[in-house]
Amino acid sequence: MSINPELNLHFSTLHRLQWEEAQQKYVILYPEGMVELNQSSAEILKLCDGSRKLPEIITELEAAFATSGLASDITHFLEVALQNGWIEHK
Amino acid sequence: MAGLNTNNITPPRWLLAELSYKCPLQCPYCSNPLDYAKYPDELSTEQWQQVLSQARKMGAVQLGFSGGEPLTRPDLPILVKYARDLGYYSNLITSGYGLTEAKIIELKQAGLDHIQVSIQASTEELNDHLAGTKTYLQKQEVARLVKKHGYPMVLCVVIHRQNIHQMPQILEMAENLGADYLELANTQYYGWAHLNRDALLPTREQFIEAEKIAQDFKEKVAGKMKIYYVVPDFYEDRPKACMNGWGTTFLTIAPDGTALPCHSARELPGLDCPNIKDFSIEQIWNESKSFNFFRGTEWMQEPCRSCDEKHKDFGGCRCQAYLFNADMFSTDPVCSKSPERYRIDAAINTAKQQALSAEEKPLVFRNSKNSRQF
Repeated sequence: MSINPELNLHFSTLHRLQWEEAQQKYVILYPEGMVELNQSSAEILKLCDGSRKLPEIITELEAAFATSGLASDITHFLEVALQNGWIEHK
Repeated sequence: MAGLNTNNITPPRWLLAELSYKCPLQCPYCSNPLDYAKYPDELSTEQWQQVLSQARKMGAVQLGFSGGEPLTRPDLPILVKYARDLGYYSNLITSGYGLTEAKIIELKQAGLDHIQVSIQASTEELNDHLAGTKTYLQKQEVARLVKKHGYPMVLCVVIHRQNIHQMPQILEMAENLGADYLELANTQYYGWAHLNRDALLPTREQFIEAEKIAQDFKEKVAGKMKIYYVVPDFYEDRPKACMNGWGTTFLTIAPDGTALPCHSARELPGLDCPNIKDFSIEQIWNESKSFNFFRGTEWMQEPCRSCDEKHKDFGGCRCQAYLFNADMFSTDPVCSKSPERYRIDAAINTAKQQALSAEEKPLVFRNSKNSRQF
């Protein structure tokens, strides 16, 4: 599944993204399961709030981390997220 | 008891809150203890809140409200809201009996994350026979309402010899109801299922055929429906990694406040499972005899002790070892390395003879009258 750069991305209503104090990390919660996220994955998913498209997410993260060349990593991760049902096109 | 290395204790992640042993259904494979009628006491709302808050503080995040039937507790919405405020991801594990649309809305507003509805079979006649109660039509309606109100819809069907022939129809039903998740749980033979095993255990041929149908379906609905397939370990040659390892992940609290490392642990002798009325969850998890009993690998006997797979399956299931070998320290008899494996093969054969015989033993249904015999 590939990301449509023309559409906004939002986090799935059937999953929950949450900071876990005890684990000191973000997790995705869903029926019968939990995925622990590393910091960069969590930062990407937090921007999937329905107000941004893929190019905006890339621009924003590259600015936040003062770096460039993140496009392929971010795109690849979002494709996985889409496949897993964590995010949806709006 | 060995393996008491408190430095290596991981905190609980999953809390199963068995709110009540009361249930309007009588499923003959219920995982509740046979003698549940001996434990009629139930924790108060405040005591459950204390459990939720202490376990959450330690790091528990997945929460199942179970039973019996959790809907028999009038304070369920209060507990759901309390759990949501603490940050739990909560699941109502229900028969659907008595679940009205108003209640579904009330629970959603209180913060319930998902509802897992059990259905016993794909036809009304068999469903109502297995449940011991007329529930089929209501379950179908509840499944639709769960979906309508925006919950992820999880259907759970326990599979055994009485319904395994319906596998294609069960899958079709799940698709028609729009299930997001389908749990196909091959019966695990503890509690009532152990008692009724000869009438419930499918033959190897039935199991192989049903598994193939389920696997094909899984590919067909990939991306639309997620399937959790719980394998019947009798037909495996390695045991399951029971509870992800004793005292590593799962905490069950029984209706009367007894804390259990697994929901069948009440069957094991001499564990002295602690009660939340006497100890905090932290004390129970870290310091109690029962939660440390099978932690780590020091307790193991041969062939587990020298096995290079012991960190993978943790020796399998302690309850199964006890039920079959009368020795809860022994290797799970499912394992082909266990000298007791023949006991599992004998159970498979006995069940097969039953299946072929003209007079099948009647099922013993799970109800208070039958429970009082144990």
